[in-house]
Amino acid sequence: MKSITLPAVIENLGECIDFVRACVGEYISLDKKMMEIELVIEEALVNIFSYAYPGTPGQVEIHCDCGDGTKITIEIKDNGIPFDGFFSRPDPDIKRDLKHRKIGGLGIFFIKKMADEVRYHRSGGTNVLTVVFYV
Amino acid sequence: MTEASERGGFMELHVKNEGKAVVISVTGRMDAVSSPEFELEMGKLIDEGNINLVADFSELNYISSSGLRSVLATAKRLKEKNGKILITSLKDIVKEVFEVSGFITIIPVYDSVEEAMRSL
Repeated sequence: MKSITLPAVIENLGECIDFVRACVGEYISLDKKMMEIELVIEEALVNIFSYAYPGTPGQVEIHCDCGDGTKITIEIKDNGIPFDGFFSRPDPDIKRDLKHRKIGGLGIFFIKKMADEVRYHRSGGTNVLTVVFYV
Repeated sequence: MTEASERGGFMELHVKNEGKAVVISVTGRMDAVSSPEFELEMGKLIDEGNINLVADFSELNYISSSGLRSVLATAKRLKEKNGKILITSLKDIVKEVFEVSGFITIIPVYDSVEEAMRSL
């Protein structure tokens, strides 16, 4: 398993994505699959950068475990405010027309749609989001 | 041409006024770092009086919810002016993102710039 810890700021998005890409690259042959993984990781990270640490700096940790190469497990941790409602938050209404379509809400939706497994729990002041991709 | 910061996804915009519409060719990635730049540039084009924009995504390799947000914000702004943004040449993950999010039904999407221009 490989890990990285960085300040939870948007300026580090590129480095975080590069880290994940380097970890999983040898197991993922399809560009599209790699993009799906990057998308899930970006959405999770941007959520943390935007909301986890209101008015205060914080860190984000990413742990990447490729096991035997058939399943990739990525854990994203932060010590920010509780991420209540990860699973209870309703999906955006994707059938609304342009005028009524709301701007937000797609990040979590994509995480749920693109990852093969998604788990969230909070323990000891740490939010832990686990996403799993089958290879 | 406009380039996003090197902190995140690389994005380049090439803008060409084709009379009926302004065609913006987007190269690279529209992620949380680069998408605000896209929205800003579209805003400038709208402020200059352009109400029909055609965004050519044939060289766009990746788009996240931030990218969709900037497309939606642009579309809403243009709608207020009785204009629109048309997107062309979706592929791979970009096409998947448009389909999964339902954006493919609310933003006019075409296979090519030529097809989009003919619709105007």
